[in-house]
Order: sequence, then structure tokens, then C-alpha cells
Amino acid sequence: MPTKLYAGTEVTVTDEGFFTDPGQWNEDMAPEIAREAGIGDLSARHWQVIEFMRTEFAEKGSGPTVRALGKTSGVSVKELYQLFPKGPAKLAARIAGIPKPRGCI
Amino acid sequence: MTKRIVILGGGTGGTLAANRLRRALDTECEITVVDRDDDHVYQPGLLFLPFGLAHEDDLVRSRRRQLREGIAYRDSGVDHVDVEANVVHLANGEVLGYDVLVIATGARLAPEETEGLTGAGWLSRTFSFYDLPGATALARALREFTGGRIVVNVVDLPIKCPVAPLEFCFLADWYFHERGIRDRVRLTYVTTLDGAFTTPVAARSLAGMLQEKGIELVTEFNTGEVDGEEGKLVSYDGREVEFDLAVVVPVHGGADCVERSWGLGDALGFVPTDEHTLQSEVRDNIFVIGDAAAVPTSKAGSVTHFEGEVLVRNVERYLAGQELDASFDGHTNCFVESGFGKALLIDFNYDTEPVPGHYPTSVGLPLLKESRLNHLGKLMFSWLYWHSLLPGRNLPGVSTAMPRAGKRFEVAQGGS
Repeated sequence: MPTKLYAGTEVTVTDEGFFTDPGQWNEDMAPEIAREAGIGDLSARHWQVIEFMRTEFAEKGSGPTVRALGKTSGVSVKELYQLFPKGPAKLAARIAGIPKPRGCI
Repeated sequence: MTKRIVILGGGTGGTLAANRLRRALDTECEITVVDRDDDHVYQPGLLFLPFGLAHEDDLVRSRRRQLREGIAYRDSGVDHVDVEANVVHLANGEVLGYDVLVIATGARLAPEETEGLTGAGWLSRTFSFYDLPGATALARALREFTGGRIVVNVVDLPIKCPVAPLEFCFLADWYFHERGIRDRVRLTYVTTLDGAFTTPVAARSLAGMLQEKGIELVTEFNTGEVDGEEGKLVSYDGREVEFDLAVVVPVHGGADCVERSWGLGDALGFVPTDEHTLQSEVRDNIFVIGDAAAVPTSKAGSVTHFEGEVLVRNVERYLAGQELDASFDGHTNCFVESGFGKALLIDFNYDTEPVPGHYPTSVGLPLLKESRLNHLGKLMFSWLYWHSLLPGRNLPGVSTAMPRAGKRFEVAQGGS
């Protein structure tokens, strides 16, 4: 497994950059991961989504999909794409230090 | 003492669960199936309808008449389930108490969730073939189509039968060839996924087939709006795909009655369910079968059929106070119609992606490869559906657990 240095701490990540152990994550790491992912400064709205992702993961063991996020996070799907262009569920999961959301088949 | 089993939904899952339970349990158990209408649609046939290969009247039968003797039927919608009180409130005001509830309410099409989809052009220029009115309207539109660009768009997953949109593309290619105007029709498959399919080996095969047939593939397209007036799909990140006719598979959600039942469904209205026992995570006396379950496998009739055996065993064990059988493996088996009288077969489960080889053993049907035999298998399935699958019989040679023999697992090595 590759490792990354965020906020001065070494963490293990997958090839796609998702944390393998969400316990290694802390809030100081999020801005660095976001920059790496091509997202500028994190706004309060970004944080609302990041915190929601972490709570969902803690409760359900998997991050939500974009559509579920749009229905439950208080941020619309349209805005999610503005905050996290390309793939809100994946990007927000990566920044929140949780595994890649389990895809559908 | 009499035990009451209530089954919500008289589709594939509810019907085969009821019939299997009726055979398995003694007559002390009362079994009641509830559905809002008496029209059981053979959903795999919807794919063929737009191309004139199936007729509406042949796809619909009575729900009630697919049930064995000794099963009660309530012709009513469901308002909501009170999971605390173990009762179901029907739309007609009746209240049904239960010892065990089986949820088989399927998935609901939600075209209204995509901006513009049900607006201008709906059912005249933009269509879905996932229900009878849509498939019938599309048949008419395809007959009158003389040239231009057709896009087939999967807005988001999960959807029922995730291979159906690809099959639609393959059949459209064949259909316009037959009509002699294929050179005047541009076909484009637009998907939210990063490939033609969810799993890598099958995605490569299917993308190759799209290419061979001259069907364009647009990936990672997250449809934010369907503009039926201007004729374009617009993604959330501002990309556009123009069309003369669009076939859009709308997003799916769980049944309205699940959404109305406090504590029953997840954010999308599907019921959180243990993927191996099919017991809901909501209450121990609630079990889930088919598309209504939030389990990580395809929403498909084959899955529902394979779930039947485990579900019935576990309802029995639950009633007897025994430990549940955690053996459901997510087994999925799909014929993928590829046009020109051929089809592919894919067979997979929670842990194994579709790979080449043969099913169910090395001398069986070819997997992930076009053949006439697979096409015949697909056609024969309609008969098996009404006469074996719904009555709740196991199909000869088709085991509930996914067979490993005949599969070339080495092909998946080195895949992502």
C-alpha cells in the first residue's frame, strides 16, 4: 500500500488515494488532500459535506452516493458538483479520509 | 398457533416467495400477498417491445393467478408499515397484523428527479423503456424514425437490470440494419460509469462490442438535465450531448410505501438488508427480497430467484427460533441480448466479477461471448419465468450458489 504525508503524519492510502484506515485521518489533513485533488480552499459548505460523510461512514460502514448525499446532507446534487467537481461522492470521501464508496452493480 | 406472514408486492419476488413459503410451511401459517393492481408484467420483455419483438398483451398476466392455492390476496395499495406495532396499513383502510413481513415492493422509476426529463418532449422525443407506457410509445417512435442521433442514457445507479441499456443499444443497431437505414442513424451510449459496465472484465468486452457495432460510448457523464425541446443532455459539469431521440433510464428509488414507513427505508427508499441472510436490518421479523433490498448486487429477476431459496429457509428458521442461514452469495445470471439472433451470458456474485468461460460447467453455455445458444436461452426464459420461477421451483441445472467450475478466473487477474 502506498503512503502519503498529510499534516506531518504518514498515512496509508489506496492507489486511488483513499484512506485505508479512517482512524488515521484528522481535520488538519483535509485542506491538504483537497489541494492535491484540485479543490481550492475548503468552505463551510465543503466542511458540511465532509462531516456528513464521516458521520455516515461511522454509522453505516460506507460513504453515501451522490444521490443519497443530495437527499440527506442538506446540500443539493447541483451544489455538490460545484463544490466537488467531477465526482462529489468520491472526492468528498477521499478528503474525508474514508474508503471509496461502494459502487452499485 | 397460527402465524401470519404478510408479503408486500405481487411481482417476481413476492410471488415466488409466497409460493415457496406455501409449500414449505404447514397450513397453520396464513400467507397474504398485497398489491395495488392485478397486472404482473414480465419485465424482461420490455426490452423487446420497442423493436416490435414483443407485444404488450403477451407480457401481462394476472398477479393473483400466479399464486398457489391457500394464499390470500389483497387488491390494495399499501399506505405504510408500522414496524413498531407489526402492522401494515393498507390504502383501503384495512390493517393487517403480521408475525413475519416480507417486503417485495421492488424499485420505482423516478424520472421526475432529473430536471426536464418529464417536461417537454417526454414520451415524444425522450423515452424510457422501463415500463409499458414508455416502451410502447418508444416502439411507435422507432418505427417512424428515419435518421438522426439516438442517445441511450443511464442517469445513475442502481437501476433494474443494469445490462438492459446496453442490450437496447445492440438491438437498436440490429433494428436499423434490418430496416436498411443503419448508416443514417448515429447511436451513442451515455453512462454515469467510467466504462461500459460496472466490473472491469465485462466492461472491456462490452465496450469492444459497442465499438464493433459503431456505437459511441460517453462515460462519466452525470446527467443534470434533459432538455427535450432543444434535444440535449446536460451534465452537472456542463458537458452536452445532443440528440434527436433520447432513451433515458431514469433513476430508481424504493416503493413509495417504504418511503412513507418510518424507519424502514434508506435515503433512496430501499430497505437495509443483511446481504447473506436477507433479514432486514430494521427488525428481525422483516425480510426483504428482490429489488426492494439494499444489497450490493444487481437488481434483476435472476437475483430474486436465487434469493428465494435462502429467504424461505430463513423465514422458516426465524419462526422456529433457529439461527439463520447466511448463505446468499449475491448470485446473478443475465443473458445479454446482442442483436442478430445472438446473446452473451454473464454469471457472477458478490465476490466474483463476470469472467469468460462456460456456465454452469466447462461444457455449458459460453460466458461473456456472443452465441446463438444464449439467445435461445433468453427466449426460453420467458416460459421458465411463468412456469418454474414464479411457482417457486428450482430450475434444472441452475444452483442458487454461483458455480465456479467452467469460469476462467485468471482473466480477472491483473484487472483493477
